[in-house]
Amino acid sequence: MSRYERMFERLRARGEGAFGAFVMLGDPDLGTSASILDALVGGGADMLEVGIPFSDPVADGPVIQAAAVRALAGGVRPAHCFALLADFRERHPEMPVGILTYANLVIAQGHDNSHRFYRLAAEAGVDSVLVADVPLFEAAPFLASARAAGVAPVLIAAPNTPPETLAGIASEGAGYTYCVARAGVTGADEEVRFDAPLLKALAALGAPPPVLGFGISKPRHVRLALAAGAAGIISGSAIVRLIADNPSDPAAAVRAFAAEMKAATLPAGAQ
Amino acid sequence: MLMRGRFGAYGGAYVPEILMPALEQLERAFLDAQEDPAFRAELEELLAKYAGRPTPLTRCRNLGSQRARIYLKREDLLHGGAHKTNQVLAQALLARRMGKTRIIAETGAGQHGVATALAGAQFGLETRIYMGAHDVERQQLNVFRMELMGAEVVPVESGSRTLKDAINEALRDWTASFADTHYLLGTVAGPHPFPLMVREYQRVIGREARAQILAEEKRLPDAAIACVGGGSNAMGLFADFVADEEVRLIGCEPAGRGLDGGEHGATLLRGRPGILHGAETYVLQDEDGQISESWSVSAGLDYPAVGPEHAFLKDSGRADYVGVTDQDALEAFALLARSEGIICAFESAHALAHALRLAAEADEQERELVLVVNLSGRGDKDMAQAQKLLGRMK
Ligand SMILES: Cc1ncc(COP(=O)(O)O)c(C=O)c1O
Repeated sequence: MSRYERMFERLRARGEGAFGAFVMLGDPDLGTSASILDALVGGGADMLEVGIPFSDPVADGPVIQAAAVRALAGGVRPAHCFALLADFRERHPEMPVGILTYANLVIAQGHDNSHRFYRLAAEAGVDSVLVADVPLFEAAPFLASARAAGVAPVLIAAPNTPPETLAGIASEGAGYTYCVARAGVTGADEEVRFDAPLLKALAALGAPPPVLGFGISKPRHVRLALAAGAAGIISGSAIVRLIADNPSDPAAAVRAFAAEMKAATLPAGAQ
Repeated sequence: MLMRGRFGAYGGAYVPEILMPALEQLERAFLDAQEDPAFRAELEELLAKYAGRPTPLTRCRNLGSQRARIYLKREDLLHGGAHKTNQVLAQALLARRMGKTRIIAETGAGQHGVATALAGAQFGLETRIYMGAHDVERQQLNVFRMELMGAEVVPVESGSRTLKDAINEALRDWTASFADTHYLLGTVAGPHPFPLMVREYQRVIGREARAQILAEEKRLPDAAIACVGGGSNAMGLFADFVADEEVRLIGCEPAGRGLDGGEHGATLLRGRPGILHGAETYVLQDEDGQISESWSVSAGLDYPAVGPEHAFLKDSGRADYVGVTDQDALEAFALLARSEGIICAFESAHALAHALRLAAEADEQERELVLVVNLSGRGDKDMAQAQKLLGRMK
C-alpha cells in the first residue's frame, strides 16, 4: 500500500477528510520553506502538495505566481527542491508528498527511456507528480515515466471534463484525483461551489480518491467540500498568502491555519 | 480532439484539463467552417471589401537590380496595417459561429491587438487586449488605436512584461471565461488547433503571392522570405510554396544585439525543444527549463518560443532560419523608406534585410535571383522609436 492509500484508509476509518496543504518550495527561501513544511505537518496536514517554481505558471493566479517569482529571484532550482524534499522525507517518513509543476520543467531534466524528472522525484521520497499543463490528451509519456519510477501520476478532473476523459482519468490516474472546484486559475475565494455530479461520476468510475482544490481558503469551504463527497481538500493560495503576509514568523502563521482547517475535516461530533 | 495536432514531433495541446473542452469546441467549429461555403464566402467578402485584399506584389524599382529582383508582398497595405487582419476576421467569424460574445487577445507590437479591436468593433464583440507593460510603453500609438475602436487594453506587469507574459495572462483569463469568450490567439503558436487554424487563415498571403509572381516572372521565385516572431506571416507566405521544392523558404529571426549574447529572440537558432504556451516547440530557456527573456528592437518578434510548424520545417530541413540584428533591420527599414518610399514595420525590415544580403551576393556573382519578401506590416506604429533610434545612428 502507498502512503496515500494508508492515509486515506486511516482517515476513512475515523470519518475524517484529508486536509492537503500547498506551498511553493523556496518561498521565501529554502530554509524557511523547510520549516514551513514541518509546521504544516505539526498543524495537522494529512498530505502536502509542493510547487517547483516555474517562470510561466499559466494555471496559477497572482498569489502563487508571486510566490514562484520570489523563489526564482532567490535562485531556487529544481535540484534544490529535490534536496529539500529528501531531507523532509527523513524527518517525516509517513507524510504523503506530491509535486505540482509544469511540463517544461519535467522535460528539461531529460529523457532516457523515460523522463528523468520522475526518477529524481522518487529518489527524493516524493509520492506523486501532477503536471498542471498536461491534460489526459498528452499524458501518455508522462504516465509511463511515472509508473516506471514508482511515482503516482495525479490527474486533474474538472466540472466540464467529458465522460470519456473522466473514465481515462479514473483508470490512468493514481494517488488521488485532483478535482478543480471551478473554472479559472488558482486563488483564495470568498465563496466556493462544489460539483457533486463530478464527485459522483468519479466514484462510480472507481477513480483514486477525489480531492478538491482551487479557491479553498476557509473551514466553511472544507465542510462543504467533504459534505459534497470529496475525500479531502487542498488549500494553496490562502497558505501562500499567509507566508507573504507574515515575514517574521511564517511557520507559526501556517501552523495555526493548518490546525483550523484540519479541525473542519473532523466528523461533526468531534469538531 | 479529432486530430493529434502535431507537426512531426512538435505541437500538441499542453493546457490545463479544464481548457480541453474549449479547444475541442474550437477545433470542431474550425473544421466545420472550412467545409461551409457560406462561411468561406462571408470571409472572402470581408477580406475583399473591408480589409482590401488582394494586396499587391510590388517589384522594388531601386533596391536589388535587373538581375536580382526583389518583390514585396504588401501586407502593409492591408486594413489594420499588418497581415494580422487576415486571420482575425476569420477567427471573429468563428467566435460568432460558436455563439461567443466576448473576445480576448494578447498583443506584442500592438498589431494583433489593433486587428482584434477592429474585428470586435465590426462584430459587436466585447474586446479585451492583454499587452506587456513594456510593450505598452514602446507602442503607445497602437494602444490608443485599440482604445479608439472600443477595446480595453490591460497592461501586464508580470515576468518580462512583453508578449510572453501577455499570452500567460490571456490564457489565465480564458481558463475562467471560455463559456462566453473566444481567445483570439494572434499567431501560429499555442495549443492545437491554433497553429493549424491560423496558418490556414494566413495561407491567402502565399496563395496570392504565388499567382502574382507567376504572372510577373512566368516562374516561381528562388526564395520566399519572411520574419518570424510567433511565425504567422511566415507560415502564411510559406504554406502554398512548401510543395515547390525549388523555392527556398527562409525565416528571419530577430538576432537583436547579436546571437552570441543573451539579447535576441532567435528561438529556432538558439533555443531547444520544450513546452510553452500549450505547444511542444523550440523555446529559449535555461538548463532547468525556466523560460528566458527574449530581446528585439521590434516588439512583434520579441518572443521566446515559436510556432511548432516552424520547428518541424527546421528539423526536416525544408525551411532555413537566419538571424538578423536590430542594426541590420533598422538599416533596411531606412533604406526601404529612402529608396522605394515605403515605411515598413520593424518586424518586416528583418526579412527585407536578409533579402538585400542575398540580392547583393547574387549580383556580385552575376547570378539571376527572384525573391518574394513578405512585407508583413507598415511602420506607423514604429515612428516614435525610429525617430529616436535613427537619430542616434547618424
Ligand atoms: C508587422 C508584423 N510582422 C510580423 C509580426 C510577427 O508575428 P508573426 O511571426 O506571427 O508573423 C508582427 C507581430 O506583431 C507584426 O506586427
